[in-house]
Amino acid sequence: MKRIITATVQNRSGVLNRITGLLQKRQFNIESISVGRTETEGISKMTFVVDVEDFQKLEQLTKQLNKQVDVLKVSDITEKAIVARELALIKIGSNAQQRSEIQGIIEPFRADVIDVSKESLTVQATGKSEKIEALIELLRPYGIKELARTGLTAFQRGQQPQVADLTSSYSLLQ
Amino acid sequence: MEGLQVKVEAKMAMNTDSNSKPNTGADLLVKALIQEKVDTLFGYPGGAVLPIYDAIYRAGDGFEHILTRHEQGAIHAAEGYARVSGKPGVVIATSGPGATNLITGIADAMMDSLPLVIFTGQVASNVIGTDAFQEADVMGITTPITKHNYQVQSISDLPRIVREAFHIASTGRPGPVVVDIPKNISSGPAEEEYESTFYLPGYQPNLKPNPLQIKKLEDALAKAKKPVLLTGAGIIHGNASEELKAFAHHHAIPVTNTLLGLGGYPGNDELFLGMAGMHGTYAANMALYECDLLINIGSRFDDRLTGKLEHFAPNATVAHVDIDPAEIGKNITTHIPIVADSKEALKVLQKHDVESTNHGDWLRHLQEYKEEYPLWYNNPEEKMVPQWLMEKVHEATNGDAVVTTDVGQHQMWAAQYYTFNEPNRWVTSGGLGTMGFGFPAAIGAYLANPEKASVAVVGDGGFQMTMQELSILQEKRYPVKVVIVNNEALGMVRQWQEKFYEERYSESLLHTQPDFVKLSESYNVNALKIESQQHLEEVLPELMQNDEPVVLDCRVLQQENVYPMIAPGKGLHEMIGVKPT
Repeated sequence: MKRIITATVQNRSGVLNRITGLLQKRQFNIESISVGRTETEGISKMTFVVDVEDFQKLEQLTKQLNKQVDVLKVSDITEKAIVARELALIKIGSNAQQRSEIQGIIEPFRADVIDVSKESLTVQATGKSEKIEALIELLRPYGIKELARTGLTAFQRGQQPQVADLTSSYSLLQ
Repeated sequence: MEGLQVKVEAKMAMNTDSNSKPNTGADLLVKALIQEKVDTLFGYPGGAVLPIYDAIYRAGDGFEHILTRHEQGAIHAAEGYARVSGKPGVVIATSGPGATNLITGIADAMMDSLPLVIFTGQVASNVIGTDAFQEADVMGITTPITKHNYQVQSISDLPRIVREAFHIASTGRPGPVVVDIPKNISSGPAEEEYESTFYLPGYQPNLKPNPLQIKKLEDALAKAKKPVLLTGAGIIHGNASEELKAFAHHHAIPVTNTLLGLGGYPGNDELFLGMAGMHGTYAANMALYECDLLINIGSRFDDRLTGKLEHFAPNATVAHVDIDPAEIGKNITTHIPIVADSKEALKVLQKHDVESTNHGDWLRHLQEYKEEYPLWYNNPEEKMVPQWLMEKVHEATNGDAVVTTDVGQHQMWAAQYYTFNEPNRWVTSGGLGTMGFGFPAAIGAYLANPEKASVAVVGDGGFQMTMQELSILQEKRYPVKVVIVNNEALGMVRQWQEKFYEERYSESLLHTQPDFVKLSESYNVNALKIESQQHLEEVLPELMQNDEPVVLDCRVLQQENVYPMIAPGKGLHEMIGVKPT
C-alpha cells in the first residue's frame, strides 16, 4: 500500500543521506522523495511516498525515522485531508501546426507552455500525481523528448474534517 | 635512561604551558575530553590525527592512552571498557585506513548498544572529496552503523559536538557516535571559549513508562497462569538488576535471559531457568513456548533467541519494555508496548504492588524440565572437554571474573557453564558475532574494573584475528588471562558442517597453528600449553589469581559440539541434543 509520510528535519549536512540510507538498509521501497526548506530557518521538510506491505512495516518505518537525531517529527498523512502537489516538466516534439492542438490538450489540466523552440515545446504541470500521469499519457503521442518530475510534496489542510464526517477515506493514493 | 629523563622534563614543561589556553582545535578537543571526565583513550596515531596526538602529549598525564597494534583492537578494547564501566569508550584513529579498520567494532557496538565516542582524523577540508592521500568517506561509511555521526566543519563547533556526541552515545539506547575531524580543524587556531551548550529537539529518549500501559501489564499479570520474564542487556544498561530480582521474587515469576542479558539476573537463583535461544536450556525455551504471558524487558527479540517466529510464545500475551520504541513490534507482535528505561519501569511496577495469580503448578512444571533436561556433556576424564574447562575457570575465579569472548562454540560454552550471578561480568559480541572481539575487549574490561580478574575466553580462530594485542600485555603487564579453547578448528563452522552439510568440512579445520606458547613468550607474556585435565587443575587456581598476564593454550576435543540446539528454521519446542548421547 502506498503511504504519504512527511518528516520535519534539522537541515544539517548529511541528513538526506542518513534518511535514504536508513530506508535502504531496512528495505523500504521509496517511490518518491521531495525535500525543501520550510518557513523556519534551519528546518526542512521531506515528503516520501513509500510502498509498504502492511501496517506493521509502516509503523517500523515511522519509528525508525523518528529515531534519527536530526528528525523532529514524522507524520503519516495518507488518511488526512491534505494538499499534495507534484511538478512535472515535459518537453515534447512539436511543429508550428501542432502547437494550438497541444494548447487545447493541456488547458483543462491548467498546465502552461514555458518554453518553445522550432521542434519542441516544454509544458509545466502541477497537481496530484494522477493528473500528471494523465497529462503525460495524452502528450506521449507527440513524442516525449525529456521528462522531469519532482515527486510529491504535501501537508495537511488547514482544517481537518470532524471524525463523524469521515464517511470515506481522504487518501489520494488509494 | 638519560634520554627518558629529558623527555619527561620536556613533557612537564609543555604541560604547564598548555594550562594557559587552548591554541589549536586539538587542544580544544582535549579540553572537551577532560570536561567529559575521559581518563582512558584507545587508539592509534597517523597523519590526520597528529595534531590531536600532539595535544594529548602536551596535556600530560591526564589520560591513559592504550596504543593497540591494530585499530580493530582499539575499538574492541573500548567496547569492553564501555560494557563493564557503563561509560563511553573513547577511540582515536587516523583518516582512511585508520578509520576503516574501526568499522567492525563500530558495527559491533551498534548491534550490542554499547556507548562509544570515536574520533577519526580526516584530510583537510579543502581536499575532502578529491581522493586525497588516506581519504575515506567516513560519514558515508559509518552512517548505517552509528547512532549518530558528525563531521566537524568549524573549530567553533567542536566543543558543542563533543558534548552532543557523549550525550547521544550514553543516553537512551546507548550506541556508537563518530566525530570526523578534518586536519585543518584539529591544527587550526582556536579561541579559548566557544559555546558548548546544545539543544537536540529531535533526540529526547523517553524514560518513564506510560501509566496506562503499565496498568495493562498489571491486569495481564493478575490473570496469567503461566507468566515468564525474558530479560536482555537492557537490564544491565539500565542498572536494574536489583529491581528485576525484587519484581520476579515478589510475584514468583520464572526468569530467562538472552545471551547478552547474562548476569542481569543471578544465574544461581531458584527462579532462573538458564539462558534462552539457539543454545539455551530446554527449560528456558519451553517456558517461552508454553507461557501465557511473556514480559520482555530490554531484549530485542533477536532471531537467535526466537527461532522460527510462528513458534515463539504462540499463546502468550506479549508485553515488551524497551527504551527504543522501534524495537517494540519489530519482530514479534506486541500486545502491551511500554517505552521506558528498564529501571524506571520496574520501579513503577514494584510501587503498585499488584496482585498476581498463584502459579505454583507452572513453577513446578518448569522445575521438572530443569531437573529432567539439564545441560549435559560427556567427560572422558583424560582429554579436556570445553564444558568442563569452563566449569574449572568458573571455580578458579570464584565465579566473579569479567569474562569476555569471541563468537562461536567457546562463547556458547562460556555462556552455558560459567554461571554469572552479577551484572557487568559478561562481555560478548552478541548481535554482530565478531571473531577477534574477546581478547582486546578483555583489556578494556580490565581497565574499567581492575578489581576483578579479566578472563578472555577465545577460540583458536578468533584469537588469531587480534592476537597482536599481546603487545599491550607485554608493555603494561595487565593481568589479563587468555584461555584459548583450542580445538584446531573454526568450531561452530565445523559443527554446522557436520550437522547441516554432511560433514563436508570446507576450510574449517585449522591444520596449521602457530605455537601459541612461543608466540606469547616472544611478547614476554607467560604461556602454557595444557592437554590434560590433571595439568589444568594443577596450574589454573594460581594462574587465575596472580598479577601477571598469561595465555593458556587449552587443547580440547575437536569433535565436541554445542548442545542443546534449535536448528535453523526450527521452533523453540524443537530442540535437538536435549538428552545425553
